[in-house]
Amino acid sequence: MRLSLGDKILQRTIYILLTLLAVVMLYPFWNSLVISFNLGSDTSLGGVTLWPRAFTLENYYIVFQDKRLLNSFGITILRTLSGTLLSVFFTALLAYGMSKKTLLMRKYYMVYFIVTMFFSGGLIPTYMLIRSLGMLDTLWVFIIPGIISIYNMIVIRTFFSALPDGLEESAKIDGCSNYGIFFRIVIPVSGPVLATISLFTAVGHWNDWFTGAIYITKDHLLPIQTLLRQIMNSNIMTEISSSNAIALDHINRNRTVTTKSLTMATMMIATIPIILTYPFLQKYFVKGVLIGSLKE
Amino acid sequence: MKAASRPNKRNSYWKQFWKQWDLQSMVIPGVILVFIFSYIPMYGVLMAFQQYDIFAGISGSRWVGLMNFRMFFDAPEFFNVMRNTIVISLLKLVVSFPAPIILALMLNEVGNMAFKRFIQTVSYLPYFLSWVIVSGFVFSLLSVDNGTVNILLEKLNLIEHPINFLAIPEYFWSILVSVNVWKEVGFASIVYLAAIAGVDPTLYEAASIDGASRFKQIYLITLPSIAPIIIIFMILAIGNILSAGFEDILLLANNPILRDYSDVIDTYVYRVGILNARFSYATAVGLFKAVISVGLLVIANKIARRADVSLW
Repeated sequence: MRLSLGDKILQRTIYILLTLLAVVMLYPFWNSLVISFNLGSDTSLGGVTLWPRAFTLENYYIVFQDKRLLNSFGITILRTLSGTLLSVFFTALLAYGMSKKTLLMRKYYMVYFIVTMFFSGGLIPTYMLIRSLGMLDTLWVFIIPGIISIYNMIVIRTFFSALPDGLEESAKIDGCSNYGIFFRIVIPVSGPVLATISLFTAVGHWNDWFTGAIYITKDHLLPIQTLLRQIMNSNIMTEISSSNAIALDHINRNRTVTTKSLTMATMMIATIPIILTYPFLQKYFVKGVLIGSLKE
Repeated sequence: MKAASRPNKRNSYWKQFWKQWDLQSMVIPGVILVFIFSYIPMYGVLMAFQQYDIFAGISGSRWVGLMNFRMFFDAPEFFNVMRNTIVISLLKLVVSFPAPIILALMLNEVGNMAFKRFIQTVSYLPYFLSWVIVSGFVFSLLSVDNGTVNILLEKLNLIEHPINFLAIPEYFWSILVSVNVWKEVGFASIVYLAAIAGVDPTLYEAASIDGASRFKQIYLITLPSIAPIIIIFMILAIGNILSAGFEDILLLANNPILRDYSDVIDTYVYRVGILNARFSYATAVGLFKAVISVGLLVIANKIARRADVSLW
């Protein structure tokens, strides 16, 4: 097919705009990566943009030595693993039950669940609830309240409903219970959808700072994103208080790092796991997003 | 016959229920968890009509009618909070809403698959970063001493002295909206791309035989074909007009100087509720927002019905 002049101009323009877009998307990440590999004292002289001017691993070295930061990584990894596993399991179990047409009261259940997608008690009543359940300053607060996601349940249910009936019927004839079918047949063939939901749940856990900010006051339970926010706050406000003394401590002992260089290194460590995994799962989650947006 | 069989029917209903206890036992944990973490907070909304006393609880606290709501309408912050909420929402609607549609239309014109994949992968990236990280990027790029934006503007001779962008309240709205587009545009385009892929290709063939340019084809075929999806997302966006944003604003506006331009209903609720512990008052403000949002959602859906698309 021959393109007219107008079409050619349009196409060129689009390629140029998209290339610019790619630069804009990548640059903030790249620049922070560069600063995290640059000597802090050198960065503060200004002008570090595309390449490290005084390359160093010192920032990372110091961050990896910090007990409080390491502990926060531990908390984040722990909650991400256990939170994702439990949430996806209970949400999928619920979705399987809900996918059965024979389930009594199915319609009422559905209305009951959907209502919560449009109304909620809001921040304060939820906070009061968590408090009266005694979940403040516990690891449970990261895992239990969000364990069932109605949105994810609907996505998984849509997938389960589309599975061929024959798959389960033969197992039923062999005397398999619904649990048996769920564990031995349904879960193994639902890899793609469960992987997608797991990815989003895990990313949600990994990136969540707010739960830590309102429900946690003990330092040893803070997830990395919440801690990072505290460090950044003290950095931006340039009033490094005694409670945020980690960075200050390192800076006094060591003249070459700055709060900025340490913050950037921490940010990169908190981000890289996600950046490494998501491109591999891209083809799955694009499908997952589409199932989700249909909502039956 | 109807009357006589009733108790029997109920009996058999429970019999049936117990027969499928294993299926029910998959659903009931979910029902209980949702009851605790979604429905109990809904009951907690009653706090908005009380002078809530932590020790007395909802059953023992004093009822004050609409006092907390009146207090909000009379509060000195009311005007700013409402203005910011609505303006930020409308800005997001005008800028962030069409952005993914335009991106999807552009991506659809790309013939080179490797290039297309690359752009998609790169544009999804920010969606997977936390707002804490994104705000870190913004602080770094906009910083007065050696932020890239200031370096760039100085090199282009557009400014003489570095600007402290995040300390100038009037700049906050544009920064907030730009960062939002940056973070969400790629991911939001997925659905539109899929919708475009579903458009009947013979329509394009016919149009190009008639001599329609690519631009005209986008305008006359692609856009009308994906209009239903656009309208559905529009309804949802209108229902959310009082949710101007929370995490993004809380994190990007961490300088109190910005408050006149950055405070929205949700951040206000957080500040007075959690930080100042005015539970009843903050709940009332939150409830005010929820009620208006549901109202807007219903109205938007009604209007959309005239165009033959609706959420329900």
